[in-house]
Amino acid sequence: SFPILTRTDFSKSTFLIEIEHPVMAKAAKPGQFVIVMLHDLGERIPLTIADFDREKGTITLVVQAVGKSTREMQLLCRPGREIYAMLGPLGIPSDISSKTKKVICVGGGLGIAPIYPQARAFKEAGAHVIGVLGFRSSNLMFWEEKFRAICDDFIICTDDGSAGIHGLVTQGIEAAIRENPDVDEVVAIGPPVMMRACTETTRPYGIKTMVSLNPIMVDGTGMCGGCRVKVGDAIKFACVDGPDFDGHQVDFDDLFTRLQRYRPEEAAAMKRYSDSCRRL
Amino acid sequence: MARKTIRSIPQQRADMPVQEPEIRARNFDEVALGFDLENALLECERCLMCPQPACIEGCPVKIDIPGFISKMLEKDFRGAYEHMTDATQLPAVCGRVCPQEDQCEGVCAVGAGTGLEPVAIGRLERFLGDMAIKEGWQKSAQIEPNRFRVAIVGSGPAGMACAADLAKAGCAVTIYEAFHVPGGVLRYGIPEFRLPKSVVDAEIANLKALGVDIQCNTLVGRLFTIDQMLDDMGYDAVFIGVGAGTPHFMDIPGENLNGVLSANELLTRCNLMHAGDFPKFDTPLGLGKRVAVIGSGNTAMDAMRVSLRLGAEQVHCIYRRSEIECPARKEELHHAQEEGIEFHWLTNPVEILGDANNNVRGIRCVQMELGEPDNSGRRRPVAVEGSEFDFEADTVVYAIGTSPNPILGQTSSIGLNKWGYIDTDDDLSTSLAGVYAGGDIVTGAATVIKAMGAGRKAADSIRRYLGLRD
Ligand SMILES: Cc1cc2nc3c(=O)[nH]c(=O)nc-3n(C[C@H](O)[C@H](O)[C@H](O)COP(=O)(O)OP(=O)(O)OC[C@H]3O[C@@H](n4cnc5c(N)ncnc54)[C@H](O)[C@@H]3O)c2cc1C
Ligand SMILES: Cc1cc2nc3c(=O)[nH]c(=O)nc-3n(C[C@H](O)[C@H](O)[C@H](O)COP(=O)(O)OP(=O)(O)OC[C@H]3O[C@@H](n4cnc5c(N)ncnc54)[C@H](O)[C@@H]3O)c2cc1C
Ligand code: SF4
Ligand code: SF4
Ligand code: FES
Ligand SMILES: [Mg+2]
Repeated sequence: SFPILTRTDFSKSTFLIEIEHPVMAKAAKPGQFVIVMLHDLGERIPLTIADFDREKGTITLVVQAVGKSTREMQLLCRPGREIYAMLGPLGIPSDISSKTKKVICVGGGLGIAPIYPQARAFKEAGAHVIGVLGFRSSNLMFWEEKFRAICDDFIICTDDGSAGIHGLVTQGIEAAIRENPDVDEVVAIGPPVMMRACTETTRPYGIKTMVSLNPIMVDGTGMCGGCRVKVGDAIKFACVDGPDFDGHQVDFDDLFTRLQRYRPEEAAAMKRYSDSCRRL
Repeated sequence: MARKTIRSIPQQRADMPVQEPEIRARNFDEVALGFDLENALLECERCLMCPQPACIEGCPVKIDIPGFISKMLEKDFRGAYEHMTDATQLPAVCGRVCPQEDQCEGVCAVGAGTGLEPVAIGRLERFLGDMAIKEGWQKSAQIEPNRFRVAIVGSGPAGMACAADLAKAGCAVTIYEAFHVPGGVLRYGIPEFRLPKSVVDAEIANLKALGVDIQCNTLVGRLFTIDQMLDDMGYDAVFIGVGAGTPHFMDIPGENLNGVLSANELLTRCNLMHAGDFPKFDTPLGLGKRVAVIGSGNTAMDAMRVSLRLGAEQVHCIYRRSEIECPARKEELHHAQEEGIEFHWLTNPVEILGDANNNVRGIRCVQMELGEPDNSGRRRPVAVEGSEFDFEADTVVYAIGTSPNPILGQTSSIGLNKWGYIDTDDDLSTSLAGVYAGGDIVTGAATVIKAMGAGRKAADSIRRYLGLRD
């Protein structure tokens, strides 16, 4: 089993945990993910590796509690406790090419943590890194200092205008491209709607835009076919062919539809769980 | 003793009780209940003890079938078990799941042109295997440790067999498995009612008793590579038995609708993650009332029969060839028919139909007829023009084969063939020195007994590679 070393809460629904796994910390690369099972009755929950510390031998996950399993993680994942199963690092690492001279790294919502190791890797590969982060409000902001330390330019966007640009990350991207017409790559991680908006923003400029897809997964090892996504004309399996894909080729409508697949069951599980929590 | 003849043996197969179709179609208990002692011995009487037994040739691992049967007749069951397990390691498994009609029983003299059923070799094998589990017989192995360390990738039948042989040879063996529990397809694919998980657990316990270390939650290739295992982790040899990869779809319209999934996904959700017990277990199932399964191999049969047991009201099998070409074990097809699965032979889907919410509502199919033989020697099904028809379904399951898993190819320089399976020599060595491979990742989807045989063959080659004498 896999011990939890630290936990930090970013908001009422978002929290970070650091898990001890020295071998995985050594192997992990930006863009990869893990699949965890909280306990032996649990489901398999894919989560991006938000950071890794090879010296400390830890893997960092940032989780947003959205349904039964992630709520339960929020309740149970405390220092001193353990996670029942953790498989990874999964997926093909992001392609951090030294040919990329100027890159915009966009993170929104859940994507803010996992964009960090990518931005850092681009910086280490010698690129000019522009960070664009989107929060709902300034009081939900986290890791600003961490990002400032590795970004050459840094743009914050908030939905309510309480910090930075009043608006969506797509406005941040527009602003960054205006200032830097020589941007040669955009990497966007966040909710699927946000990633699609980013690809639509960059499409007219013809700038290569990579997104990290999060379809429903089961095994994560390329056996079940559940994570299939449409990219161009091909069916791809996000857990072994991705999760990073060329955003201009991705069929996002298809992804949205398939993410709804278990909504009735998920809602029922969530309700049952909330009811049982209330009874406690 | 006078030589037995076809005339002198019991003409009928001994009885083996099975659960009644109406009852078993709604539970997960085992369908076939196995011989009792009396019937096992009766069935043994049916073996002619052929001087040149065809059955042995028909068995992929060459079990000495008349040899173990004659020990059974002497009531030396432990002796029979030990004799049998010279050749196989998973008798309780293979006795249940081997396609016997294509192998040992298919060529048994009793069944050859006589109108009689062949000796029920598989059931006898299962009888001994179950007895061994019940009595706790471990094949007495005097293990003399040597200084070699071997890593096995994947805990399916290939990996399990290779691990056991190498552990008996004295190597320190570690199995690395991606899932949180070991067993491969025996765990996540073949359902409880055909292969109780207690049998798989017993086989795993045997491995552990031999000193094999099993590390789950480990995806080789990504957590560490094959090269690292040999260079940094100090393994002297590696065996790869990672099984099958991504499922095939047909590339027809509607495949991405909600309600379309692969048999591997359905079975993994149910067998490994216990989605049938949602919400006690967290993994959702999302099975509809009218399930259509495309394909008719063992995987398709399992998907259909699991669906039935989880409450589907109608289960349809759609297969483009005829019943004669049905690749499933005969017994499974028979059981599925008894349980009320509706078979649509010579039928091919051309489109999956969706509703306004992108959920499956039906399938459009065409009627097929058999034309000229194709390169598999089977007559090629061709669509009958104008024969399109629709029928209702809310879940569509694909069980039409798999592609090789790409992970080890992506993360090492191991040689692959043009289809992406691992390339091996006759001795199962790969292009990397000290690295051997076998099972589905070499042959493509095959059988448990073939995977087990490959694991043992690779263990033999690894022993020779390490310079160990028998
Ligand atoms: C590659 C990848 C990386 C991810 N990284 C993160 C991350 O870093 N942090 C984070 O909080 N979340 C991440 N997710 C999403 C996370 O897996 C889901 O939010 C989580 O599984 C929801 O579980 P639940 O039971 O709490 O909610 P539910 O109510 O069961 O589900 C809520 C929604 O999450 C999606 N979802 C449900 N089950 C799965 C599943 N097995 N696989 C994928 N999506 C599912 C569905 O769209 C569903 O409607 C990632 C997903 C993928 C595929
Ligand atoms: C539903 C179904 C029903 C079947 N029914 C029958 C039947 O009735 N009779 C019969 O003879 N055959 C049957 N088969 C076929 C048979 O199960 C397979 O041929 C056999 O299991 C192959 O064994 P294997 O050891 O090669 O691989 P598998 O059994 O597939 O095991 C491979 C294991 O390796 C693990 N793995 C994969 N990649 C990695 C990695 N990179 N690192 C670590 N671990 C990894 C997997 O998680 C898995 O546990 C059936 C198959 C299926 C899917
Ligand atoms: S292993 Fe399979 S083929 Fe061989 S004797 Fe047993 S049932 Fe027959
Ligand atoms: S072929 Fe049949 S009858 Fe002959 S030895 Fe084998 S099992 Fe017995
Ligand atoms: S999650 Fe099963 S193939 Fe990708
Ligand atoms: Mg859930």
